[in-house]
Amino acid sequence: MAYRHTLGGETYSFETLKDLLAAASPVRSGDQLAGLCAETDAQRVAARYALADLPLRTFLETALVPYEEDDVTRLIVDTHDSAAFARLSYMTVGQFRDWLLSHEADTATLSAIAPGITPEMAAAVSKIMRNQDLMAVARKIRVVTKFRNTIGLDGCLTSRLQPNHPTDDLKGIAASTLDGLLCGIGDAVIGINPATDSVANGLALLEMLDHARQKYDIPTQTCVLTHVTNTIEIMNRGGAVDLVFQSIAGTQKANEGFGVTLPILQEAYEAALSLKRGTVGQNVMYFETGQGAALSANAHHGVDQQTVEARAYAVARAYNPLLVNTVVGFIGPEYLYDGKQIIRAGLEDHFCAKLLGVPMGCDACYTNHAEADQDDMDTLMVLLGAAGITFLIGVPGADDVMLNYQSLSFHDILTLRSLLRLKPAPEFAAWLERMGLYDSVGERMRALAPGQTRLASLAGAA
Amino acid sequence: MSADITPLPSAGGQDVTGQDDWQPLRQYTRARIGLARSGNTLKTPDVLEFQAAHAQARDAVHTPLDVASIEQAMAGEAFLRVNSRAPDRSTYLRRPDLGRRLSEGSRAALPKGDWDVVFVAADGLSSTATQQGAVPLFAAMRERLSGWQIAPLVVATQARVALGDEIAQTMGAGMVVVMIGERPGLSVADSMGVYLTYAPYVGCPDSSRNCLSNIHPHGLSVRAAADKLAWLMREARHLKLTGVGLKDAAPEGGAIGSVDRLS
Repeated sequence: MAYRHTLGGETYSFETLKDLLAAASPVRSGDQLAGLCAETDAQRVAARYALADLPLRTFLETALVPYEEDDVTRLIVDTHDSAAFARLSYMTVGQFRDWLLSHEADTATLSAIAPGITPEMAAAVSKIMRNQDLMAVARKIRVVTKFRNTIGLDGCLTSRLQPNHPTDDLKGIAASTLDGLLCGIGDAVIGINPATDSVANGLALLEMLDHARQKYDIPTQTCVLTHVTNTIEIMNRGGAVDLVFQSIAGTQKANEGFGVTLPILQEAYEAALSLKRGTVGQNVMYFETGQGAALSANAHHGVDQQTVEARAYAVARAYNPLLVNTVVGFIGPEYLYDGKQIIRAGLEDHFCAKLLGVPMGCDACYTNHAEADQDDMDTLMVLLGAAGITFLIGVPGADDVMLNYQSLSFHDILTLRSLLRLKPAPEFAAWLERMGLYDSVGERMRALAPGQTRLASLAGAA
Repeated sequence: MSADITPLPSAGGQDVTGQDDWQPLRQYTRARIGLARSGNTLKTPDVLEFQAAHAQARDAVHTPLDVASIEQAMAGEAFLRVNSRAPDRSTYLRRPDLGRRLSEGSRAALPKGDWDVVFVAADGLSSTATQQGAVPLFAAMRERLSGWQIAPLVVATQARVALGDEIAQTMGAGMVVVMIGERPGLSVADSMGVYLTYAPYVGCPDSSRNCLSNIHPHGLSVRAAADKLAWLMREARHLKLTGVGLKDAAPEGGAIGSVDRLS
């Protein structure tokens, strides 16, 4: 059945639900590359009108990626909570937007309906929402997760400390870690992207991080972002695994491109749970996602990149993750061309994930071949901060010398916390104070040289 | 100065004695550690330093390959000139598929021959890197490959790695070496990568390539890269393959990899 809308005397027709969703999406280079983008602005708005009139139920009746072919579709359909969906079942996509923005849809209500929302419903409603709508609704949603501290509380902004090094030099990583901790960064996780993706290297890096965490009694978790199969092997060998990491995407084929299946994730999840390393909770998974991942693996099944991205959050939520983040500007300008597209995508990803009940953070970032710069990242971080983002990623001076791209600096996150009066996770904030790094009277991080703190020996500094 | 009387810490890395604790740690990492603070944020010199590095990286992406300078470096020797189907940089960045295929005119201009190998100097994402490293590496390879039938150098613009497949297929070359500018980072904007593919064809998978990366004045030298590449090429000819099978046969890990991420 085709979807139609008449605008300005012209009738626009959209063959399939996939076509309708793609045409309703804001312009982005990835959909253009896939040949899915609306051809004119008028066609895009006509698609949005048609989408707004569509009953939400449609997404339960029409699979974008066939159930028989794709285990992500099966996961979405088989775990759908029809009781939670009941109060939404009479709504169209347009009515759903209005309801989400209404005062009636408060924090408790939004939590209650999350299991009744599918990724496709979230993606669909996001396409008829402006940036401020995406922020206003996400701001109302609380997703609280716990391991050695509490993440996602109202008034808090946590952060991942990313001390990457091009050759995984332990002293170099320790120096970057020290720098981050002195800026109050690292409460979400201290997480390294290893340059060498091997079991032996993962073990060595984890041992170093775990030693430092225990020595200074830091109430946080550490992670080496190696492939899930490596992490399973590291756990088998008794390595210090707090969190299992994996990049995931929204289709079975795209996940296979990452070398991962749902049973492998389940195996890793159960293994990490059995370690019982969390002190205040047992959310043990950490996932990264990003628009364009499925298309770059030629595994998007003709679905627009934002919708297929939202499907990855259904994978994430099946494993009760501590953290999930979109790597929004990392995948490149062939998917998100410039600052405007990156900013919009960051807000969409955060909104859709939160609506599904996923603890969403963001690597607010860009590559040197994208049309973006630090001003765009300033804008994105403030918008995400105002929208209640779970965590942001920080690297020394915003320059990741291993992955060769720019994220936020530790200083940027300090600025954001100050601008929006956001605090670190409470356990971590108390630790910063105990260590004399936080000035509770002035309500700010002290600017201290390593030698003036008890952390100096972490990196062998004076 | 009050600091003489009251030992308050100054903002950032330096303590009151003026000693910078971070300096000894910088030998371990090129990361921008220990940047001083002004309030919560960065000091002026660090803000500008970052912008300068970003500008350099962007210039490397957007400055067109200077074909005249390559001509000069070739010292009168003939070379071939092709363009991908991406007519300009903006299209190139959005449409990787177009950067992998030859423009109609370019394909017609390529001669067919009985060549063992064709070398392609491709702009990729850093024309600076290609301009600096491609001709010297080509020359170094010819010294090392005596007895090989080597096609004239092909200079390719708006080119991705896979453009070499169509070039080699059109010319009838047995393997292709694509020397291409890598995606620039803030610390290195002139790094060149080299991709070797045996019996290439349009649409051949990235897993069938081998690569050497990080070729620039502060990374892998042209000479060292040439030695590694010559070994790879001889082995490829012997084993009749490139890719994972060849990587596994390499005597040392070194910089020899199979392909994880293409520009």
